[in-house]
Amino acid sequence: MVGFLGDFDRAEEAAQEAFAIAAERWPRTGTPENPAAWLIVTARNRAIDRIRRDRKIQPHGELPDVPDTVQELPDEQSEFPDERLELFFTCAHPSLSLEAQVALTLRAVGGLSTPEIARAFLVSEPTMAQRLVRAKRKISSAGIPFRIPPAHLLPDRLAAVLTVVYLIFNEGYDGRAGLAGEAIRLGASLAETMPDEPEVNALLALMLLTEARRPARFHDGELVLLADQDRGLWDERMLRSGREALARARALQSSAPPGPYLVQAEIAALHASGEQRWPQIVERYGQLAAITGSPVVELNRAVAIAESEGAAAGLAATEGLDLDGYHYLHSTRADLLRRLGRAGEARLAYERALELVRTEPERRFLERRLAEL
Amino acid sequence: MEYLIQIYTGGAMEAWERLSESEKDSVSQEYFTISDEPGVNGGAQLQPPDTATTVRVQDGRTLTTDGPFAETKEALGGYYLLEAADLDAAIELAGRIPAARMGGAVEVRPLVPR
Repeated sequence: MVGFLGDFDRAEEAAQEAFAIAAERWPRTGTPENPAAWLIVTARNRAIDRIRRDRKIQPHGELPDVPDTVQELPDEQSEFPDERLELFFTCAHPSLSLEAQVALTLRAVGGLSTPEIARAFLVSEPTMAQRLVRAKRKISSAGIPFRIPPAHLLPDRLAAVLTVVYLIFNEGYDGRAGLAGEAIRLGASLAETMPDEPEVNALLALMLLTEARRPARFHDGELVLLADQDRGLWDERMLRSGREALARARALQSSAPPGPYLVQAEIAALHASGEQRWPQIVERYGQLAAITGSPVVELNRAVAIAESEGAAAGLAATEGLDLDGYHYLHSTRADLLRRLGRAGEARLAYERALELVRTEPERRFLERRLAEL
Repeated sequence: MEYLIQIYTGGAMEAWERLSESEKDSVSQEYFTISDEPGVNGGAQLQPPDTATTVRVQDGRTLTTDGPFAETKEALGGYYLLEAADLDAAIELAGRIPAARMGGAVEVRPLVPR
């Protein structure tokens, strides 16, 4: 509908009207033979009527060009174009701000309500509503095309879509579970419509392999360290799906160098193998650091080095990382200094981490460690 | 869709000064080539910001000040009027404007249809 009308709001209105008519009429007249087709044709015709009425009021405004009516019922096979991919790419267009991309993807692709999205990102409902309105307005005013990008733009545009989905996975907050489930649904939808893209499958694998282990990360609201986590709490079905997606990603990537999501999925798979595979994890983080140049990745590598080669080697690997405002740098250094018996330095590092920490479970964990020194 | 492509020279002016004569010719030629493209319905380089005059009217009196409206280093350097199928096409053209890679910036803004 959006492709037909070039406008999110009109598409939504028209769809709602068609459903309302169906809900009222079908109990009396019986369900039509092809209900989906009926709904689409009705929605289109309602939209056309509405546009014609609006044209009379505003003769020279920016209204979509539409045929007079849509009469024939489309046949079984045809044109219910699955617009999911077009929606994904439109919502993640680089001319929209990242927060607008995230909000719009959740609304238009995920079907979440505005209040749900507002809650997930800890903003007020009016703020989120405004964000969505502005984003939709920009799409129509600036002429953001509703399509799958042409080949020369596709790599960058797909990367943007994946960024949005992964951001939703990591940042969406909804009590304890977060928007992880929503992100996985989006990732699965993307994998269904772009099955031959290795990074698409890899992202899905990464999210499944990570989410499957969530139940073990907290106990009574308190953080549980990796080494102490109860593997019995892992979601085996999710792990299986994740491993399948990873296998597909590997097969699609074949001998070409892996992309960042594939490397991260490999790391998640190593963690989920239930065995201590730290040297391999060190290597994978090295691979990821080379791809992304990210100091956060280097920090993760340092943690893996500490597990693989000891605290002194791990501490050395944290030297010179430009992450002073990042609490994990300080909590990591604190932990390694503590293990090396350097209590005074560990205290300073815990205190610095506590200045920067953002969640209550993490704060309590750090305070306990500090008290134990 | 119609767009105004606004070219902000910014740091591009310094980069321009450092070019050789033949490099300057080559860059100028790029601007002319874009001017001649289908869909480009006008365009010009503006004279430097210090040639500008800013006009306001207050209580019926016309007030003029010497210089551009924006900060000199953020003032407009040139423009194109572009008719394009969609924003991606406009962005593609904007990306080819020399100022964009020489330390300046290009703004792509749709016109209000009349």
